[in-house]
Amino acid sequence: MPQNARPLSPHLQVYRWPLSMALSILHRATGIALAIGLLLVVWLLLSLASGPESYAVARAFCASWLGLALLFAWSWALFFHLCNGVRHLFWDVGAGFAKAQAQRSAFVVVAASLLLTALVWICVIAQGGVA
Amino acid sequence: MSTPGMDRANLRTPLKEVRGLGSAKSGTRHFIVQRVTGIALALLTIWIVGFVLTLVHAGDYLHARELLRHTFAAVWLIAFIVMAFWHAQLGLQVVIEDYVHTSWLEMLSQIAVKFVCAGAALTGVVAVIRIAIGA
Repeated sequence: MPQNARPLSPHLQVYRWPLSMALSILHRATGIALAIGLLLVVWLLLSLASGPESYAVARAFCASWLGLALLFAWSWALFFHLCNGVRHLFWDVGAGFAKAQAQRSAFVVVAASLLLTALVWICVIAQGGVA
Repeated sequence: MSTPGMDRANLRTPLKEVRGLGSAKSGTRHFIVQRVTGIALALLTIWIVGFVLTLVHAGDYLHARELLRHTFAAVWLIAFIVMAFWHAQLGLQVVIEDYVHTSWLEMLSQIAVKFVCAGAALTGVVAVIRIAIGA
């Protein structure tokens, strides 16, 4: 701590969490998670290029409980980052900045990401699962 | 009639020349590339999700390889890999800039992220090409 007790500017923990703040943090967190997920995509492609044995290992991992949990989390992260990314693009052209609009688009982003995740996994289950 | 300093191809207006070039002179470039790769990824992701569902449905190894032998599939996958790792590097760069305050550690992690992203992207591209040409 500094010697003189000068007032510090308040940091994150003193604020009530508005929805847009939670979404902003989630956008960054899902971005980091997706960067790691990309390495798995490369591993899958590499296994497919290497031969049937390595592809079987990669598929077995994807069908394991850990693999499924990761894939499920990544699929939601992908759709959330995608939807919220589009929200950011609207902001970049100057649209939707009003408080009420930003609040509404936050709800739309959360709902759309959950809906798309559910849709994809319904498709997967309808096709008979990952393995 | 073109405005001096207007660079439409790179989406730059002559504003920086009016305001005396700015500090690092490259911040807006980063911002723009992050958005443009983001737009590309938004479009590519729609296709990728469909493709992954087809792969899951295909199941076995031979069928999966067959799907990737189509030129269209290979091109879109390579585009996705390149755009995704580029976008990821730009995003992780900002995260490191925000949270890593030890100078040498920041420089090291920035270089490491660039190496991992470039290396993984190249690996993915070579894997797709190998499958596409049946090697």
